Amino acid sequence: MSEKTENTLSACPMPIGQYTQIVMAHGGGGRLMQQLLERLVRPAFANPHLDQRHDSTVFEVGGNRLAFTTDGYVVKPLFFPGGDIGKLAVCGTLNDLAMSGAKPLFLSAALVIEEGFPVNDLARVLASMNATAQAAGAAIVTGDTKVVENGKGDGLYIATSGIGLIEHGLQIAPAGIREGDAILLSGDIGRHGVAIIAEREGLGFETTVESDCADLSGLVGQLLRAGVELHCLRDLTRGGLAAAVLELAGDAGFDMELSESAIPVAAPVRSACEILGFDPLYVANEGRMVLFVPASAVGRALDVLHAHPLGHDACLIGRVGSVGKGKVSLRNPYDIVRVLDLPSGEQLPRIC
Amino acid sequence: MKYLDEYRDAASVKALADAIAGRQTRPWTLMEVCGGQTHSIVKHGLDRLLPPSLSLIHGPGCPVCVTPETIIDQALELAARPDVIFCSFGDMLRVPGSQHDLLTVKARGGDVRMVYSPLDALNLARENPERQVVFFAVGFETTAPTTAMAVLQAQRFGVRNFSLLVAHVRVPPAVETLLSAPDNRVNGLLAAGHVCAVMGYTEYEPIAARFRAPIVVTGFEPLDILSGVLNCVEQLEEGRAEVENRYGRAVTREGNRPAQALMDQVFEPVTLSWRGLDAIADSGLGLRPEFAEFDAVRRFELSAPGTASAGPCRSGDVLTGRLKPFECPAFGTACTPEHPLGATMVSSEGACAAYYRYRRDAA
Repeated sequence: MSEKTENTLSACPMPIGQYTQIVMAHGGGGRLMQQLLERLVRPAFANPHLDQRHDSTVFEVGGNRLAFTTDGYVVKPLFFPGGDIGKLAVCGTLNDLAMSGAKPLFLSAALVIEEGFPVNDLARVLASMNATAQAAGAAIVTGDTKVVENGKGDGLYIATSGIGLIEHGLQIAPAGIREGDAILLSGDIGRHGVAIIAEREGLGFETTVESDCADLSGLVGQLLRAGVELHCLRDLTRGGLAAAVLELAGDAGFDMELSESAIPVAAPVRSACEILGFDPLYVANEGRMVLFVPASAVGRALDVLHAHPLGHDACLIGRVGSVGKGKVSLRNPYDIVRVLDLPSGEQLPRIC
Repeated sequence: MKYLDEYRDAASVKALADAIAGRQTRPWTLMEVCGGQTHSIVKHGLDRLLPPSLSLIHGPGCPVCVTPETIIDQALELAARPDVIFCSFGDMLRVPGSQHDLLTVKARGGDVRMVYSPLDALNLARENPERQVVFFAVGFETTAPTTAMAVLQAQRFGVRNFSLLVAHVRVPPAVETLLSAPDNRVNGLLAAGHVCAVMGYTEYEPIAARFRAPIVVTGFEPLDILSGVLNCVEQLEEGRAEVENRYGRAVTREGNRPAQALMDQVFEPVTLSWRGLDAIADSGLGLRPEFAEFDAVRRFELSAPGTASAGPCRSGDVLTGRLKPFECPAFGTACTPEHPLGATMVSSEGACAAYYRYRRDAA
């Protein structure tokens, strides 16, 4: 990418925003996190594998293509409607593997436990992790346990890594995106972020919103078995749909356009977002993905998605335009187009 | 969705926009007082549906934006104290004082908590009797009643470790100041629906008459806003200047009397410096003398707020409608949401943030 492109963060004269210390927004999935990754983390580890800029790295060993990924999970509360930190940690890594079209094989789990944490809660989390991994046909085969002093952790942190096998010949990656590709979304957005904030802050909305926390590897497997030509997949996590599409547009070097009215948001999620002043496009998800497929594959892809419980609300939400600066536009119901931007950090509830 | 989708219907929005264009015969400049309305206008692109000769400009109606830097500095001083749990609404956390913001204080070890209500802060005080809990009481008449409720409850239950850094503001004095400015170019106003839900709109009636400017109570959804614009244009075209209510589902003329009584019991009008507007008589709310024990400035013997440093930020001109955000030389270059020079860029309701997020391409 040219240094003059809008999404090239090095164009900003400031080092990591104005902050000399890490603030929460550096982990929020927005622009500050991008700056941290681009200016500190990527340069520190620079290598061609990291340059794949995907959820997992794909490499060859003995003629087999493998995918490898890792992730850390910090969530309050540890148990929330629709899941818990254990399910989240396993699903997150399964999904990162799935986004390369890999079949998950083995996972690791590192536990950082705070002194005083209830053993029964730990047992619940471990059982949840195992059940989630098994359901995906994977196994947690190695791990680590550390205990930190009381007050030095939020009960439990989990880091998981995973290895998966790629059994097809596709290159499912940002570099696979092509002009004219259709952008599909596997389901409604914003559930995880709203479920977490409602539970954490005790907001007591009329309807309980359940997290969408789910393993997408089975759904991706079905798409592959059905012969759908997948160009790129990306699961939606922090930063939501907007951050995911913006990242891909920037990495792939294409302008893209989304249709606001095509993007499904469940009524309780929309209501909660209105009250809090959040934009659902930027709210975290843990069981949704965007799919980039050639226009000719849309019908077949939607058939497979709609037949699966995690994809029955799947829909076409946009198109990849021509080679450009990675600009993502949103066309609203009034036919007004506005440019989407990365969030500046975590979304903060407004005053009124 | 009830109370949402019906106010965003595309065909109705188009019909209203056409009605406005059909009714307008002369250029008019309307000000939406509230930052929430600015965000809605820019997010939905409503201004782009209107005739170019109908200009919508932003008002000073974002409580985060108008809180003076000097009070933010007092907040930062309190939040850095080891004996204090400092509680704030979420969108105040990133607002810069003269040096840094509350998130930076938090990263340096300050105990800064985000709360959704002053009553949450009061509960924290009861749960942490060995600590001092300070609530940053910011907002217009919408949030002031719950702050008043927290003070009354603290008094009733004898919670001695709870206090307030008060920066509440009142809308009508700011509107009067804007309309009486010699370079005022505002012909009509869209009043903030949620403020009027509490206060009603009787306060605006003498203002509309005195300045011959129609004031229309308006909500926040696309149809609410366009309906308010249409009413304002109709009045201007007919030579009328009245207060009319286009947010009837939430607002009555008298407003919420119990909430007003709570506010009056705890607060009294005081002169306050607004960011960008200087000092305005009776535009702030201060604790009445009988509640002085809950005043954090007194309790912690904070020094009087100094004079705000003069920087490159022109948020004052933006808040008074003299400048569109993208007309500021610093917009999107030296001033971004990650490095805001002023609160209009950092607040979730700030006009500069709205334009940066939704209309950067307009620059």
